[in-house]
Amino acid sequence: MPDARVVAIARQCRVQIIRMLTHAGSGHPGGSLSVIDILTALYFGRLRYDAKRPDWPDRDRVVLSKGHAVPALYAVMARAGYFHESELVTLRKLGSRLQGHPDRTALPGIEAATGSLGQGLSISLGMALGLKLRAAPARVYCILGDGEIQEGQVWEAAMSAPKLGRPDHPLDNLCVILDYNKIQLDNFVAKIMDLEPVVAKWQAFGWPVLEIDGHDTDQIGKALDAAEATRGTPTFIVAHTVKGKGVSFMENDPEWHGKAPKSAEAIRAIREILGVGEAAWGDYLKTDPATRAIVDELAALEKK
Amino acid sequence: MAAKASRVAFGETLLELGARDERIVTLDADLSKSTMTAKFAKTYPARAFNLGIAESNMIGIGAGLALTGRIPFVCSFACFVVGRFETIRISVAYTNANVKIVGTHSGIAIGEDGYSQMGIEDIACIRALPNIPVIQPADELETKQVIAYAVEHAGPLYLRLTRQSLDPVCPADYRFQLGRWLVLRPGHDVTLLGTGGPLSNCLEAAKLLEADGISAEVINAACIKPLDEELLLGSAGKTGHVVTVEDHAIHGGLGGAVAETLSEVMPIEVRRLGVQGFGESGDPKGLYAKHGLDPAGIATSVRKFLNR
Repeated sequence: MPDARVVAIARQCRVQIIRMLTHAGSGHPGGSLSVIDILTALYFGRLRYDAKRPDWPDRDRVVLSKGHAVPALYAVMARAGYFHESELVTLRKLGSRLQGHPDRTALPGIEAATGSLGQGLSISLGMALGLKLRAAPARVYCILGDGEIQEGQVWEAAMSAPKLGRPDHPLDNLCVILDYNKIQLDNFVAKIMDLEPVVAKWQAFGWPVLEIDGHDTDQIGKALDAAEATRGTPTFIVAHTVKGKGVSFMENDPEWHGKAPKSAEAIRAIREILGVGEAAWGDYLKTDPATRAIVDELAALEKK
Repeated sequence: MAAKASRVAFGETLLELGARDERIVTLDADLSKSTMTAKFAKTYPARAFNLGIAESNMIGIGAGLALTGRIPFVCSFACFVVGRFETIRISVAYTNANVKIVGTHSGIAIGEDGYSQMGIEDIACIRALPNIPVIQPADELETKQVIAYAVEHAGPLYLRLTRQSLDPVCPADYRFQLGRWLVLRPGHDVTLLGTGGPLSNCLEAAKLLEADGISAEVINAACIKPLDEELLLGSAGKTGHVVTVEDHAIHGGLGGAVAETLSEVMPIEVRRLGVQGFGESGDPKGLYAKHGLDPAGIATSVRKFLNR
């Protein structure tokens, strides 16, 4: 059974993603919407962290290697209490802690600077190893983009991870999740530089590989359970996802990799995310003042 | 002290420091016998990681180890480690990870292996990053102190080391400080700012110049970032002539850094001696002579500069 609480939070985070990107006027909706269910499942029920103590040494760590999807991470972090949701609208603005791509030195709770693709897995290996060396119970979760794994450094890391730390400190505290939404900036991944057979590739490098629907919180949870129960090796999860998931006109369209919606598009997107028909929208907003406030705010942006 | 390669002094010092500081770990990319961390790896196998020939991954793992409380020394030839500039830029610099990047085999003085193994653009690359000091120790004594400093320095740092032996130049009571240079020989006609390999040649050149009645002040500019601006301006103000001498491309190295500073604060003429174009195979002495980094070449450049 999907966890209703996690599903509800993911829905609200999707609304916040649309909201902050529209305010920013730029950013990456497609990959943020494809990864949000994974991030929500991690932060609400899986990770051990203390939002008031982001430098707690034994916290679990999330490295969002596909850093361009950071609006999804900001939405989840705000919801988890790292900062107030009102700060979300500062995304990409001068002086904001919410940089266009993650900046560890700007915002407590961000574990590493990412967004220059291909680097997060190596950092995650180092973290997992460092935690093992001092017998910390913490786990490391690394989220890769599909286009991202075209980078050579990813395969250097892939080759080393199942061997690093052995025999005393194998990196079974590391779980890597591929957000396989099938689209990269220029076009469909299969048309630019196909990854297939992606499962066989990671298996050949020595990883146990699980395949799931990356929007099904039940499947995500079970895969994370399996990874946590695995001893002696890190785990790789191929999460099949839909780019732009939840917004009909963004889904599976490469055009929405890196383009912010206009106000009217954003409001329609929010309505779709909340599963409300066009005819019922007016009445719905009377029952949901929080969404009403966001919609009014976005409508006002257009008039500026 | 006898002449010793700074990479050898590095390996010995790390072994000593590793005994009393559990946080120190080494990372290598199949060159630990050359970077001189092999002994550390043998002594502390649980704290030494050889990633194979995969420098980007090595640097990233170093960043992750630093973010979980270790002090990683990430080691390779200067050209190979700094060649993974983008990984250093984001995973180390922008992340502000406490990684000590060690580039050995700097300069054309590696000789016979030729250009592909010569790190001669590394200073220029690292110097452009906002938060990474660049240090090139001059001899064994200074190397030991710089390694100890690197362990204490909170944040990333770049150490530029040599394959070849370096003559001792620092006095026994010398103490390294970040951003502080050392006058090795006082003078008043010209300032010779040397760093790394060619520094002892600067001292030899000063003797040749003395015979011609030219008084050269020789300074060990071990700290390339930050510069010792106080000493630089003091010496430059006194002599009016500054010559930089380094085994690095003439673009963006010590010479570039000094010219940038002087042009803003004290616009006087500067001569930059360094490597022109690509390096090539050859014996180190011959290569230094070809690029004017030997004592005679340095002295000739100074005479020309002073019209003497």
